[in-house]
Amino acid sequence: MASGSSEVEEEEQERVMLRDRPEWADVTPVPQDDGPCPVVPINYTEEFAEVMDYFRAVYLADERSPRALSLTAEAIHFNAGNYTVWHFRRLLLELLKVDLHEELEFIERIAAKNSKNYQIWHHRRRVAEKLGPDARNAELQFTKKVLSVDAKHYHAWSHRQWALQALGGWEDELDYCSELLEQDIFNNSAWNQRYFVITRSPFVGGLKAMRESEVLYTIKAIEAYPENESSWKYLRGLYKGETTSWVNDPQVSSICLKILSSKSNYLFALSTLLDLICHGYQPNQDFRDAIEALKIPDLDSQDLDIASMICSILEKIDPIRVNYWIWRKSRLPHVAQ
Amino acid sequence: MDEMTSSSPTVSQRDQWMVESQVFQIYQLFATIPPNAQSLMLELQRDKHIEFLTKGLRHLGPNFSVLDANRPWLCYWIIHSIALLGESIDDELQDNTVEFLNRCKDPNGGFAGGPGQMPHLATTYAAVNTLITLGGDKSLASINRDKLYGFLRRMKQPNGGFRMHVEGEIDVRACYTAISVASVLNILDEELTQNVGDYILSCQTYEGGIAGEPGSEAHGGYTFCGLAAMILIGEVNRLDLPRLVEWTVFRQGKECGFQGRTNKLVDGCYSFWQGGAVALLQRLYSIINKQMAEVSNISSIPEEKVCLHGTSSDAASHLWHEGMSESCSADFKNIGYNFINDWRAKDPLFHSIALQQYILLCAQEQDGGLRDKPGKRRDHYHTCYCLSGLSLCQYSWSKHPDSPPLPKAVLGPYSNLLEPIHPLYNVVLERYREAHEFFVGGS
Repeated sequence: MASGSSEVEEEEQERVMLRDRPEWADVTPVPQDDGPCPVVPINYTEEFAEVMDYFRAVYLADERSPRALSLTAEAIHFNAGNYTVWHFRRLLLELLKVDLHEELEFIERIAAKNSKNYQIWHHRRRVAEKLGPDARNAELQFTKKVLSVDAKHYHAWSHRQWALQALGGWEDELDYCSELLEQDIFNNSAWNQRYFVITRSPFVGGLKAMRESEVLYTIKAIEAYPENESSWKYLRGLYKGETTSWVNDPQVSSICLKILSSKSNYLFALSTLLDLICHGYQPNQDFRDAIEALKIPDLDSQDLDIASMICSILEKIDPIRVNYWIWRKSRLPHVAQ
Repeated sequence: MDEMTSSSPTVSQRDQWMVESQVFQIYQLFATIPPNAQSLMLELQRDKHIEFLTKGLRHLGPNFSVLDANRPWLCYWIIHSIALLGESIDDELQDNTVEFLNRCKDPNGGFAGGPGQMPHLATTYAAVNTLITLGGDKSLASINRDKLYGFLRRMKQPNGGFRMHVEGEIDVRACYTAISVASVLNILDEELTQNVGDYILSCQTYEGGIAGEPGSEAHGGYTFCGLAAMILIGEVNRLDLPRLVEWTVFRQGKECGFQGRTNKLVDGCYSFWQGGAVALLQRLYSIINKQMAEVSNISSIPEEKVCLHGTSSDAASHLWHEGMSESCSADFKNIGYNFINDWRAKDPLFHSIALQQYILLCAQEQDGGLRDKPGKRRDHYHTCYCLSGLSLCQYSWSKHPDSPPLPKAVLGPYSNLLEPIHPLYNVVLERYREAHEFFVGGS
């Protein structure tokens, strides 16, 4: 193999085939039982096929040894999605009493190339679980690192949530959400995390207690970017299970009115107003005036009812959802069948 | 928190605008060309797709090693796609597939990602769906239901979730794959469904969509899985359906395709996950209307497990015939009443033509196969789910999937028409019916 290439990983450059390694001389590799005419056959490289043949041998023999452990590492490098190999590795870690902090580092290295992979994250969770509260900072740091590259990484967020619940570390989480939202107010994952914190953090008084400050926060976000669906959804979420508060909170109706009156990016203001009306809110003349001022052409003059009018407007300004708004109109509370 | 406005676009905005410009470029080009050329552009490249798919069935390059633990998925993505296109696979390949999947079977039940690997719920789902798609006694009889049931029971967790494999991850996907398989094979029982509803319910987020685990973000894939599973266990009424509908329909954007999560990018595969969720919801109007009516009365109805004899899901109604102990008499008198008085939308709640436009103009690759979005490479997974979504679109106005859709329902030449699917399992309807006959018998 050519030497001097800095691009090639050390492992690949120096990799010796297992059949040439004396420590594996006693093992007979087990070929894959694909049968004579397999479908979706993969043209494995020689190295890949060999690693898996040796893995099958130790797996079938249930050999729980240090060499089996390092073999699983090799197999994982070739295919980080092989859940059987990960599972066997976990059995080996347990039996061989491997330092799990080192295992965390191993996972981090693999994740660098494979972050969107269920097996890696599940493995990380199992290892961190065993480490317990000791792993807390490592898990929060690790997920933060991944999120700094991809702030919406689904597995990273799930893992972070698991870590907070199992290991703790809630204190700074709301601030972390605020940081992320400052960088990107459209990051729905960060909004979701915010909801997670206010509803589950033992350091916070719960949804009801946090509602006031969160409403203020969210309304500021809406004012800055009224086209941002995340903030409107979050606002609605703050009143989950308490429709009367949702309907009666003047801040909610007034932000709708404010955005409507701006005549710009008012789609969610309208849909939120519709939602309020369907939950019993009775809009005053200011709302009618604001809607009138939108000067939407060709509106159905039959829509004397403000809710029907809103649906008609939405049909026009949100054409991709025209059928949805038509259906909503037909389901309005006052429309007797 | 003072400076919320900033002059430079955020990452979300930048990414979104990049995709929009690529997509709109395609649509603008389309708008400027003559009708003949437009027709050509809208054509589903059947032959090319079949070529891509059949090739994959016969051999895959070394870069597919990363899918070495997912081979039944490759079988399903390919064979289901071919079936959607109305084509069949030659007998030899069919036999080879049944043979291969046999080798993926674990002696104690379930199918693994490849020969010699541990059984896994997802690959079990893929294998079962593949065998159903192939059809025929040999294929269907190759499934050992007793052993499979044992595997499902072992994967079941007390909290209602399922593990994907021994000591594996628990999530809504696992629930769906387990329940779907049990349902279609007619081995679903109370032991399997117990607490599943609780678990999935706990995964519905404040946004209205469903997450993979409690607390995570609402996501199209998990929303489909959660919704389908709830329907199959007869507990869909426990979900907040109006919010679920609204969340889902808002996932379709100006690019015409669906995104997986709020403020994320369009992706062809969500044509099925999100489109499919809407297609399911469209058959639940009586329940949705009930929930909406409850809302406007601002009275809270005590939660009860409502029997869903009114659903169009054959599978669900068969479940309820298997001696459910709960008294369902309370709901019987309302079903007929709701049925007559229901406003039934003939039109899909999402924009079917727009979605077809995205799939045909943006997701098709010239050399065959379909993809996430322009600029991304084709793959079998996206081919499967883009085509599944396309089929859903074409049949979205049909009250009876057996009657061919009107030409207006099919974007492009009528030859674009695909086979209809059963939206709960995502197998071609005709094959599902055969499987139903085989596993459930005459009803």
